[in-house]
Amino acid sequence: MSSIAKKTGFGATVWDYITTVDHKKIGVMYLLAGTFFFVLGGIEALLMRIQLMRPNNDFVSAGFFNELMTMHGTTMIFLAAMPLLFGFMNAVVPLQIGARDVAFPFLNSLGFWLFFFGGVFLNLSWFLGGAPDAGWTSYASLSLYSEGHGIDFYVLGLQISGAGTLISGINFLVTIINMRAPGMTYMRMPLFTWTTFVASALILFAFPPLTIGLALMLFDRMFGANFFDHTMGGNTIIWEHLFWIFGHPEVYILVLPAFGLFSEIFATFSRKRLFGYSSMVFATILIGFLGFMVWAHHMFTVGLGATANAIFAVATMAIAVPTGMKVFNWLLTMWGGSIKVTVPMLYALGFIPSFVAGGVTGVMQAAAPLDYQLHDSYFIVAHFHYVIVGGIVLALFGSAHYYWPLMFNQMLDERLGKVTFWFFFVGFHCTFFVQHFLGLMGMPRRVATYGAEQGLDTFNLISTIGAALMAIGVLMLVINVVKTAIKNEKVGRDPWGDGRTLEWAIPQPVPFYNFRQTPLVRGLDTYWIEKQEGNEEGMTYAEPLGDIHMPNNSILPFIMTIGLFIASFGALYNMDADKPWSIFLLIGGLSILFACMFARSFKDDHGYHVHVEDILAEEERLYGKKGGNN
Amino acid sequence: MDVNKEFTAQTWPDHPEQATLEGKNKFVGFWLFLACEIVLFASLFATYLALKNRGPASMGEEFTTQSLFELPLVFAMTMVLLTSSLTSVYAIYHMKNHNFKGTQTWMGITVILGAVFLALEIYEFNHYVHLGFHYTHSAFSSAFYTLVGTHGAHVLLGLCWITSLIIRNNKRGLNLYNAPKYYVAALYWHFIDVVWVFIFTVVYLMGAM
Repeated sequence: MSSIAKKTGFGATVWDYITTVDHKKIGVMYLLAGTFFFVLGGIEALLMRIQLMRPNNDFVSAGFFNELMTMHGTTMIFLAAMPLLFGFMNAVVPLQIGARDVAFPFLNSLGFWLFFFGGVFLNLSWFLGGAPDAGWTSYASLSLYSEGHGIDFYVLGLQISGAGTLISGINFLVTIINMRAPGMTYMRMPLFTWTTFVASALILFAFPPLTIGLALMLFDRMFGANFFDHTMGGNTIIWEHLFWIFGHPEVYILVLPAFGLFSEIFATFSRKRLFGYSSMVFATILIGFLGFMVWAHHMFTVGLGATANAIFAVATMAIAVPTGMKVFNWLLTMWGGSIKVTVPMLYALGFIPSFVAGGVTGVMQAAAPLDYQLHDSYFIVAHFHYVIVGGIVLALFGSAHYYWPLMFNQMLDERLGKVTFWFFFVGFHCTFFVQHFLGLMGMPRRVATYGAEQGLDTFNLISTIGAALMAIGVLMLVINVVKTAIKNEKVGRDPWGDGRTLEWAIPQPVPFYNFRQTPLVRGLDTYWIEKQEGNEEGMTYAEPLGDIHMPNNSILPFIMTIGLFIASFGALYNMDADKPWSIFLLIGGLSILFACMFARSFKDDHGYHVHVEDILAEEERLYGKKGGNN
Repeated sequence: MDVNKEFTAQTWPDHPEQATLEGKNKFVGFWLFLACEIVLFASLFATYLALKNRGPASMGEEFTTQSLFELPLVFAMTMVLLTSSLTSVYAIYHMKNHNFKGTQTWMGITVILGAVFLALEIYEFNHYVHLGFHYTHSAFSSAFYTLVGTHGAHVLLGLCWITSLIIRNNKRGLNLYNAPKYYVAALYWHFIDVVWVFIFTVVYLMGAM
């Protein structure tokens, strides 16, 4: 198979993306799909804020409000934040470790399609009889008796997209363990690779409990099992445990890669080696470990007893220690550095006070007696939005600017980016800071409205205005992307001028095989070292120019996912007595899935070789006669 | 990697399952997958222990672990499955010595033993259902069938997997492309066996006591 790109039409491009196993293209698809769901979840949030703008509002009905808040949470966590982070992991991690692709390119594609169709399935519930309405935590005693199919969409949709996440998690672990370039020891890995590694390990251990929880919920609703039905001896607390054994590490699955992204940004724009690299790595691992020890702090008011509450309270407070280490390391990275306040750096600077504020309220809630007061109030809403928006969303926006040149060979507009930041940042604090007070004043979360005499109007109005500012910020980012795409100005290698790690050493646009020759990593911040020594090539090579082995594209992941998608509809409608045809959907969909699995096992897939002359031709096509190192 | 490269017992590497990068990736990836399976089964075990012998207020003594389980049958199942793990060890032993016929034969015996185990399990479930211990009977019945049934589903998948491997590779013999496949299939089979040891202990032995 020749790999030299030809001029292609629209259909061919679509086919290329559907069948691709290239981590860079899959990263772009994650970014697109994640943005789509992010906008969807944002619209849901705006509708909620409009409803809460004034007391006794009837902009949406109470039932619809329940659907909105459920879908907002579920969408933002599973379908926006995680895929967007996966987008950056896919686009960046293989380049950072000097690999030509991930360990399992086929599974990478499968993971993406599972996530995407799981998300589509979940959101189709809006059009097929109503969305899930039991909160993103979907506590069993409530969700078991939810009317209609909303909860079934939730269970099946998350099951599919969760499988995709698990596959991607294993893939990144193996990639980082096995595919590092020569010289890239563990303690020379860039921090984003490290945090991806630890977050993937968390995915590995956190998602199976969710899988089981969802399966038990499905069996209860579909087959009449009795896991959560107390009249039949079941126990509704089992769901809470399983959900939070997943749910708490999930928070760290999201925030650790965000920490990694910020660590890259801080080091680059302070033009200094990351302060306390080893302690950063240690803190990352420690946070990952402690993340599994604290799930019951979501359940202080359940009545687990004083001993259990005390243990989980102490464990929760302990997490503040490694997190604090990280914050001080970032501050000391900037200390004495030659700081350039670019847009990514602006987001990083905004992140520190915002995230620390969220962390401090987190420690407050870790005190179990206080949590009895704060539980289920807007204080909690304010806290986790400070952590998630102030930590993860700022990281996503900042690294969108930071890695845009790497992914698209274009630079987002800096001036517009700065305006965007201020709109979003001010809007964010405006929205959520006042919610602390709303919570302390006694406003419960997840309510569709409140009374005029409760004194909650002003803060709610401020909060809604803030949400509008955030929406303007997001809109400006989209405009920036469109503007940059139209301008189409190519930027070339190391566009920030201060790239430290291997991904910036590759000539732009990145060829599909990433590295012409596998690089030899000579230390932490290997590209920086090469630049300091005046190496024009940007890297030292570990091998002579030779044939490159690459994986084949495949349509199978897409078809497999379609099969599972069809089967899910079958399973969902099989619960209705009046839809006997659903069983055929179920069997048909699963047959497609298993047929694809057999096809995959029976047909050998050895990949192909890109020969030296093809590499040289491709380089000339991409960079012209003078080569890519300028 | 050249699939058609012919090996002899002398040129065959010591660790054929890890001799290529693809093989190494499969090896590490599969171990990680098993780690995730452990958490999966741990969640099911925890659920089972929480719901053991729990049912509606009207539930009588006849459907508790003490009166329901019959250890002789379960002991036979355990012996069959443990033996099948041993035969898969023989298969991998022959694979490492580049004796393809031995590998195929012992994998085939593993499949047969696995099928016997599965048949006994179906017989057991059928027996309980005829006693009136349905899936929807109580929280205990749901938890029991889900835990043991998930293990059974793993056995079924393993049987299909190993059978496919035997058929697919029957004509072409061992090479560095399919050696990792045999290896991870055997790894999976051992894992199923280990889970069963825990089910035997936690569900049956601790239940019958």
